Order: sequence, then C-alpha cells, then structure tokens
Amino acid sequence: MQVYLPIAEMPVSVLLILAMAAGVGFISGLFGIGGGFLMTPLLIFLGIPPAVAVATQTAQIAASSTTTVIAANRRRAVDYRLASVLILGGFVGTALGVWLFATARRAGQLDLVIVVSYVTLFTVVGSMMLFESVRDFWRRRRGGPVRPPRRAGEHAAWLGWPLKMRFARSKLYASVIPIGALAMFVGFVGALLGIGGGFIMVPALLYLFRVPIGVVVGTSQLQILCTTAVALVLHAIANEAVDIVLALILVVGGVFGAQFGARAGRNMRAEFFRFALALLLLGVGLRFGAELVVPPDEPFSLAASEPRS
Amino acid sequence: MIRVALAAALLAAAAAPATAESLVVSLSSDRVAITSNYTGSSVVVFGAIERDAQTVPRAGDYAVVVTVRGPPQSVVVRQKEPFGPVWLNREAQRFPAAPAYIGVFASGPLAAIADEPVRKRLRLGLQAIVDAPDFTNDRAGRDKPFREALVRLKDRDRLYITNEAGVTFLTPALFRASVPLPAIAPPGGYEVEVMLMLDGVALSRVGTHFRLFKMGFEEQVGAIARNWSAAYGIVTAACAVLLGWFASVIFRRD
Repeated sequence: MQVYLPIAEMPVSVLLILAMAAGVGFISGLFGIGGGFLMTPLLIFLGIPPAVAVATQTAQIAASSTTTVIAANRRRAVDYRLASVLILGGFVGTALGVWLFATARRAGQLDLVIVVSYVTLFTVVGSMMLFESVRDFWRRRRGGPVRPPRRAGEHAAWLGWPLKMRFARSKLYASVIPIGALAMFVGFVGALLGIGGGFIMVPALLYLFRVPIGVVVGTSQLQILCTTAVALVLHAIANEAVDIVLALILVVGGVFGAQFGARAGRNMRAEFFRFALALLLLGVGLRFGAELVVPPDEPFSLAASEPRS
Repeated sequence: MIRVALAAALLAAAAAPATAESLVVSLSSDRVAITSNYTGSSVVVFGAIERDAQTVPRAGDYAVVVTVRGPPQSVVVRQKEPFGPVWLNREAQRFPAAPAYIGVFASGPLAAIADEPVRKRLRLGLQAIVDAPDFTNDRAGRDKPFREALVRLKDRDRLYITNEAGVTFLTPALFRASVPLPAIAPPGGYEVEVMLMLDGVALSRVGTHFRLFKMGFEEQVGAIARNWSAAYGIVTAACAVLLGWFASVIFRRD
C-alpha cells in the first residue's frame, strides 16, 4: 500500500515503513536508546530527503520513549532527580552542538565531521563494552572471581566532588558536576550528529556511575523524550522538514516495537544485555567505517536544494 | 479526457493562421493533481501539423521532438576521491537551475532527425541540454564528468529520460506523445516544448506547460507546515507523545 508524503513529496510503502519502525522500536525499547542512528540511514536509503529523515524520525523516538518511560515508571525505575540533572545539562550541550554544527557547515567540512565522529564514537564505545562483556564471560566460565557488585562506599574519586546530590533510585550519592558534564557532552554530540545520544548515555551511566540497569533505561529514555520533543519543534520551525504523515506511520510502528522490546529487555540477563548492545554499536560503527574506506561503486552523488516557490 | 483534448487540438488547428507549416499542440490535462494515493502519472501531448494551400508539398517526412522540463532546482554533484586510506567528497560542481525532470520524446532517432550542431543549437536531446554551456559553469573539461554523473544519477530515478520512439504519428499530420511522470517527480510547473523538424531543419516550435500540484490534504499539510510551523511542530510532538501513551495503555497487563 502506497501513500504520498506531503512534505517529503514522494510516495512510500506503508507496510515497509511500519515494519522498519517496529524493528527499530524493538531495539530502542530493549536497550533504552533512541534508535535514531538506525532509523535515519534507513529512511535516507529509501530515498527520503536527509533533512526530512533526520527531522521526522525524532517523532518516533519521542513516542517510543514515552512508552518506555511510562512502563519504567510503573516499575519505579525512573530516577527523576537524575533525569532532571541530565536534561538541564543536555540543553546546554545541545546549544553548543548546534553552534558547532553551523560553524562546520560554513567551513564546508560538515560531512567529514559527522562520519568521523560516528565511526570514532561507535567503534570506541562498542569495542570497550564488547571487551568488558567478553572478559566477564570468560571469568565466569573459568569459575574465577566475577566483578563484585558495587559495595557501599566504593566509588570513583570524581563522584565525591562538591555539590553532592542523593539519587535514591539510582543508589547513587554523587557530585552533580560529572553528571552534568556527561549530559552536556551527550547533548553536544547529539545535536552535532542529529541523534539522541542514548547510546553514549546508557553505557556511561552503567559503567561510570554504576547505576542499576533497570533505572538506566527508564532515566535515559526520559531524558531522550525531553530532548527529542524540543528537537522536533525546532526542526519544524527552522527547516520545515517534519512530515506528519511519515511521523505517524513511524510512531505507530515504533511504539508497538518499543513495547515488545521493553518486555524482552526486562527478562534479559545483564551480561547478555551489555554484550548485545556492544555488538550493535560496534556493527554500526564498522558499517560507517566501511563506507569511508571501501571504494564506492558510484563516486558521484547528488544533492538538490529547491528554491522555495 | 484524451478524446476531448484531441478534438480541441483539431479545432485549434482548423482556426490557426496559415503560414507554411504551423504546429498546434494540446495536453491531455494542464493540471495534474497529487493526492494521497499518487504513485506517478502521465500526460499525453497531442499535436497537429497544419499546412496552408500555398505551401509546396514537401518530399521528406516530418519529425517531431517533444521536450518536457520540470521545475528548476539547484543541484550539487559531488565526487568522492581517495584521500589517504579513506574516500571523501572532494570536488563538487553546482548546477544552478537543473530541471528536476527532463523527458525527451522523438518520432525517431535524434541523430537522424538533426545533425549534432543543430541539436546543440536547438537543445534537442538530453545530451544537448545537459552539455549546454549555460547549464553549469565551464571548467575547461573538468565539468564534463559531473555533467555525465548528473545524467546517470537522474536516469537511475527515471527523472531524465529519452524515448526515441515516444512520438507516434496517427496520421501524417497528427501525432501524440505520452509523458510518464515518476512518483518522485516534484510538484511545480512543467514546460513542454514541441519542435517540428524536416530534413534536419526546424520548421516550427510551440511551447505549452502543465502543473503538477498537491491537492486537498497534501496541499493543506504543506501550507500549515509553512505558515504555522511552530504549531505544526508542537502538534506533531503532541501526537507522538499521545500515541506513545496510548500504546502503553493498550499493552498494560502488569
């Protein structure tokens, strides 16, 4: 079944988009990430103009994160204090990212900045997580000492900086400064790459702050919800690139996928969760890396900008 | 509709002033609507060749070339080149007003209809249009691969097409050509140019146009997104959050 998208100005197959949205939604609900880094390339591959793809898929992320946040909230797995620190820091970082975005575009090197950042971030974060989870796995196999769960009072030095706050649900009593800095960095990278940044936030909360997995997903999704809702409105105002028909198809497919993803995630063992997320990130990173290295079949590409009539 | 257009073409032909050969052209429709189930369309061009009594009967056969140009776009073609171990976009060529769609339909092989200098001068055929000096800035041969790449990439989407059997003569003086519009051809004004040729010489040229436009819901969404962009964005975000909440209500089991 084909339907014409009024802003993208092209017809698409509804079932194909629904299936894609459901798949990305499942992964998003499973890992507590936005999934924008998967959806945007898929939409561009279908021929949807990049500006419309980047702007419109934020609607799906907003919807699927709403579902996940509500589900997590029922299990009391959202740390609202932590989320509000993350959101505030995120807005500052987003503003900085938008500024660098404009600067790099003026310098004509935006494409390069984006691809190199993608490859670096995904391969580094992915291989770190993969290494960690494989090492845990082998220790378990050999019956050796598994990394003990965090003991009371055990924490990295920078968590003890001033401006300490108690985050009860995250079992965390730490300085706001490193948390705010993390949120700023995620917001900055997110704005620069047009993604939510959940894939950085989730591992960072897991490893650096040792927040329990259940709380990580709910909290990171609440932060993603706020960021993408704002980004969606900004995209609509600044670029007029939000396609409401495409958004609704993506949302419907995405929320169902996210629902099942969240369910599957609840029953998943922690070490497998880390292993699978690591593989996903590493895979995407290598995919972008290959694009940079492999000689292309067609070295030429088109970019059209229509003068608005 | 096609029959009406044909009748209109014939009627107009009868009323046309007689100066040697003259062309009369009509379209099956001058407004093509895009609705929610639009998957491409086609427009039929009808034409009649009118000769007055004084015109000497000619020996050769007439040839007709129909050229359709879509709304102009500013297009940048970029070329990836190896830079150390990686492939990067290096050189780029801008085409300030490349038609989004070009369709060339002829009654026979273009090479037989006119020789190359004539085709170049009259912009007959895709090659002649794209190779025209004013199509993009000339960079002493370095622009050539970019012109070729533009044609190749546009051809892949069926947006630049040539059909040398696209014009059919119904009678020696009456012809038709079907112009296929792929679904991704953008809305806007489309210029149609019909050229009558004989023995490599242009006898007559007539232009007309049609409009591809979004109608109803599609048109309104576009207008709202343009004129009330903030409200449009907020409504879209609200829809997304509401549907997300709705899904969690449906799935509530625990």
